[in-house]
Amino acid sequence: MSTIKPVNQKAWWLVLPVVVCVAFSAVLPLMTVVNYSLQDIISPERRVFVGTEWFAAAMRDEELHSALWRQLTFSLAVLTVEIPLGIMLALSMPAKGWKASAVLVVVALSLLIPWNVVGTIWQIFGRADIGLLGAMLQKMGFDYNYTGNATHAWLTVLVMDVWHWTPLVALLCYAGLRSIPDAYYQAARIDGASRFAVFRYIQLPKMRGVLMIAVLLRFMDSFMIYTEPFVLTGGGPGNATTFLSEYLTQKAVGQFDVGPAAAFSLIYFLIILLLCFILYNWMQRVGTADKEGAGHE
Amino acid sequence: MFDWMVWTTPVAVFFICIALMLAGMTVWEIKSPTTLRKGFLPIATTRGDRLFIGLLIAAYINLAFVGLAGKFAEWLQLEQEPSVWISFAVSIAVLALVMRKG
Repeated sequence: MSTIKPVNQKAWWLVLPVVVCVAFSAVLPLMTVVNYSLQDIISPERRVFVGTEWFAAAMRDEELHSALWRQLTFSLAVLTVEIPLGIMLALSMPAKGWKASAVLVVVALSLLIPWNVVGTIWQIFGRADIGLLGAMLQKMGFDYNYTGNATHAWLTVLVMDVWHWTPLVALLCYAGLRSIPDAYYQAARIDGASRFAVFRYIQLPKMRGVLMIAVLLRFMDSFMIYTEPFVLTGGGPGNATTFLSEYLTQKAVGQFDVGPAAAFSLIYFLIILLLCFILYNWMQRVGTADKEGAGHE
Repeated sequence: MFDWMVWTTPVAVFFICIALMLAGMTVWEIKSPTTLRKGFLPIATTRGDRLFIGLLIAAYINLAFVGLAGKFAEWLQLEQEPSVWISFAVSIAVLALVMRKG
């Protein structure tokens, strides 16, 4: 009996502050949102329990459907442009020496700029009268106007996001590339592999882990994009760049419809939860596949 | 004390159920630890994973039902929209199925 050592579990009490913090910062607010989503609150004294009415309204809201499609298209466009561009950028960056450090600093510059400043920069950059980009395009004969033309506004937001976040993808890929041992390249040279074969069979597989992180990060971030389009276009013209969070804010803050906004945020939360879950499992599977692959080598 | 937060009984019942579920899962885990296994779901899951997946599917079923309730009433020529308790029952059944066979 005396051989069994009792395990000291008192350390669990140290977790308590975190539990309390999370309860106040995440759990309770989320519970309040659930509570609001079932009521029509006219004023703090006057409120009516409406059941699932707001959820029904949100699910049947045509504007919300179009905002969701706009959001998905935007996120997919972001991934289609930024991931290949980031890989190309990483491949063309110098590997060592002072040039490598200099290029790293230059590439990382746009990541240091706050979101709302990025929006402001592009708002001025794109103006047809004084903006460098806008005025230049006008001189070249394009009738570029991001405040009036929906396609131009959409493309400007996309290009802005590409400008802002491709460096992140590039830096992640660069880190992945640098971790490939030189022996792989030597073997490829001996085999007389082409530049493309080296990329396809050495660099790309070795970058898979970081690429997954890049895809996940860029997808989630672009799915929740708010500040930059808000500053640049304010969701317009019309609602061409009204993405999900923009629409939610219009409802919750602009019109102060707490009930519908709460129901909508819960739906938004469920979408994000599902996407995170799928992407997380996908990453885990890629991770284990990598390990199994390494075992066979 | 909490009057200003305008809490309602259905929400309280909902969260009490969630809390009970979590507590129950904890007790179950201590009594008989879960093992990773593969069911009809595409990934190997533990008991907690299956609960999460089941609850998520249940939420989506209810949302879809609420969204399509108007259409259902139209197709089936009902006087009024079908009750949400139907989707609740369906989602509970799906949750049980995922927990058991997932």
